[in-house]
Amino acid sequence: MAYYQNIFTQVQVRAAAPDPGVPIHNEDRSAATFWHLLGRLGNAQIGPIYLGYTGLLSLLCGLTAFEIIGLNMWASVNWDPVQFVRQLPWLALEPPKPQYGLQILPPLSEGGWWLIAGFFLTASVLLWWWRMYRRARALGLGTHAAWAFLSAIWLYLVLGFIRPLLMGSWSEAVPFGIFPHLDWTAAFSIRYGNLFYNPFHMLSIAFLYGSALLFAMHGATILAVGRFGGEREIEQILDRGTASERAALFWRWTMGFNATMESIHRWAWWFAVLTPLTGGIGILLTGTVVDNWYLWGVVHGIAPEYPHVFPPVLDPALAAGGTP
Amino acid sequence: MKTTFSLLGGIAATLLTIAMLLTAGWVRPPIHGEQTGFRGTGQQQLISAQNLRILQAANALPEPIDKASSSGERATEAYKNVQVLTDLSTEEFNRVMIAITQWVSPDQGCAYCHNTENLADDGLYTKIVARRMLQMNRHINAAYTSHVADTGVTCYTCHRGQPVPSNIWFENPGAPHAGGMSAHNYGFGHPSKSNGATGLPVDPFKPHLLGDETIRVEGKQALPALSGASIQQTEQSFSLMIHMSEALGVNCAYCHNTRNFGGWEESKPQRVVAWHGLAMLRELNANYLDPLKPVYPSNRLGPLGDSPKANCATCHQGAPKPLLGQSMAKDFPELGGKPAP
Repeated sequence: MAYYQNIFTQVQVRAAAPDPGVPIHNEDRSAATFWHLLGRLGNAQIGPIYLGYTGLLSLLCGLTAFEIIGLNMWASVNWDPVQFVRQLPWLALEPPKPQYGLQILPPLSEGGWWLIAGFFLTASVLLWWWRMYRRARALGLGTHAAWAFLSAIWLYLVLGFIRPLLMGSWSEAVPFGIFPHLDWTAAFSIRYGNLFYNPFHMLSIAFLYGSALLFAMHGATILAVGRFGGEREIEQILDRGTASERAALFWRWTMGFNATMESIHRWAWWFAVLTPLTGGIGILLTGTVVDNWYLWGVVHGIAPEYPHVFPPVLDPALAAGGTP
Repeated sequence: MKTTFSLLGGIAATLLTIAMLLTAGWVRPPIHGEQTGFRGTGQQQLISAQNLRILQAANALPEPIDKASSSGERATEAYKNVQVLTDLSTEEFNRVMIAITQWVSPDQGCAYCHNTENLADDGLYTKIVARRMLQMNRHINAAYTSHVADTGVTCYTCHRGQPVPSNIWFENPGAPHAGGMSAHNYGFGHPSKSNGATGLPVDPFKPHLLGDETIRVEGKQALPALSGASIQQTEQSFSLMIHMSEALGVNCAYCHNTRNFGGWEESKPQRVVAWHGLAMLRELNANYLDPLKPVYPSNRLGPLGDSPKANCATCHQGAPKPLLGQSMAKDFPELGGKPAP
C-alpha cells in the first residue's frame, strides 16, 4: 500500500474529475485535465487557465522581445545553427555605445534592437504584473504576490531604465545574454570600485541569504510535522493543532523563540521583497551618487586597513609619462 | 509508467554526470595554495602539481652554446652587409647565427633566412625580419630592464624552436556575422582564446597593445566625477586583464588586491613590472612588429592583412616568468644580455 512520504511526493491524490475552482462569476472556464508528470512536482491537475487580454498582450510582447533577442544572437553567428547552439550561453544583444547617450533609436545594428527588445520585454512584464494583480482581486485575495513581483520589477527597471536615464546613457544598461549579463555585473563592480562596499548591496545579500535560511527552516518545519497534518498550515493558523504545537516547541527548544504559523510567512515575504528592493537602491546610487564604493568605504570607515607586507608600491604612470 | 519515468530520470542524471566529468577544464588535484599577502585578504596563488610538471617540461632550456671571444677579427671585416651586429667579433657573430638556427629554424637551417649561394644577399623576407628582431631583442634588454630585469630575453624566449612563435596575435575581425541591420555587439558575446572563453570583447589587443586606449577604468574618487569610463570600456579592459592572467598562468591577486583593483598602494610590486610590460608591448608592436607588414608574404599576415604582433603570452607562454625565470640572456652579451652578477 502507498504511504505518504514528504520529501518526494509519492502519492498523487486525484478527484474523480478536475476541480473547476470556486464559483465567482458565471464565466466559462477552460478545460482541465490531469498530468502525472506534473503531479510529481506539484498538483497533477492542469487548467483551467485564464489568459485574458493582459495575458495575451503580455505573451505577445514577451514573444516579440524573445524573437528580437534570439534572432540577433543567431545573426551574430551568421545564421549558423550549430554555432548558435554551441555559443548560446555567450551570445549577446548589447545596449548602444556611450556616444548615443539617451537617443531614442540609435541605428538598429548599434543598440537599436536592444532598445526595442527592452521596450517589449518591459511591456510584457508590466502587463503580466497587471494580470497577476487583477486575478488576485477577482478571487478576492490579497495582492501580496503582485507587490512581491513588483519588487523584482523595480530592480529590473533600475538596471535597464531608471539608472541609465539618470546616468544619461543607455550604454550603462545591462546587455541581454546569459554570460554577457554576468560579465556586465563583474565589470560594473570593477568600474564602480567594488560593489561589496555598497551598504545596500550588503543589505540585499543579507536578505537574499536570509530568504534562503527562512525558506529552509520553514520548509523543513512543515515537512517534519507533515505526519501530524502540519502541511495544512493555513488551517492551523486559525485552529492550532498538534503539528503546530510540536513545531513551535521544537524551535523554542532549539533557539528559544519561534515564529507562528502566520508570522513565518510575513517574515519570508518581507525578506524576499526586500532583497531586490534594497538591491535596486544600491544599483541606483552607483555612479549617480557614488563613483567608487571602496573609496567611499574608506571615507566612512567600513574598509579596514591591513598591514603592508610589500615595499610601498607607487603608480609608475606618475613617475614618467607612460600611459598603460 | 512511474518506473519508466524513474528509469529515464536515472539515465539522464548518469549521462549528465558523465558529460560533466568529461568536460575539458578540470585541474587534477592536489592543488597547492600559496599565501602571498596579508592573512585574510585572499591574496593567494593556486598551482596544481600536474600544471607545475607541465610548465617545467615546457620551459626546459635548450642545449647551451659554447662562449665566443669578443676579440679578434670583426664581423664587419669578415662579412658583407652586416648592419646590426656590427660590434661583434666574427666568433661572436657566428655564435649568434648558430643560436638563431638552433632556436628559430632548427629543421630548416641556415637556408630559412639565407640565400646559401650568397649569405650577404637580402633576398629572403625572413632575413629582413630576423634583422629587425635582433634589433628588437637588443632594444628590450637595453631599454626595458624595468620589465625583463637582468634576466633579459633571447630569440628563444618567444620562438622555442619554431620559426613563428606559437603565441602571436592579429587584428580579429570576429566570427562570421550576418551583418546588415542585425546587432553587431562590438565584438562582445563570443568565446575565444583571447578573452578566456568569456563573453567579453574578443580583441583586447588592438585597442590596448597597439593603440593606447586607457586601461584604468575605475572611479578615481568616492563621489562621481563629470566623466568616467563606460561599462563597455571596462569590459574591454577586463578582457585584457583576462588575457594577462591566462598568459601568465596566475590569478588576479598576483598583481592586485582584489578589494581595490585600481589602487596602487595596496597592489603587489608585480603590478609595476606588468605596467612596464604593457608599455613595452605598445612600443614593440608600434615600432618593430607592425611596421614589418610590407616585408611579409601574404600567408604570414592576419585575416585583415596586418603583421603578426606580440602580447603577454608571446614570451610568458603560461608561466609567471618566461622560461620560469631562467636567464639565457646572461650567456648572450651578443644580444644585449647582462652577465650574471
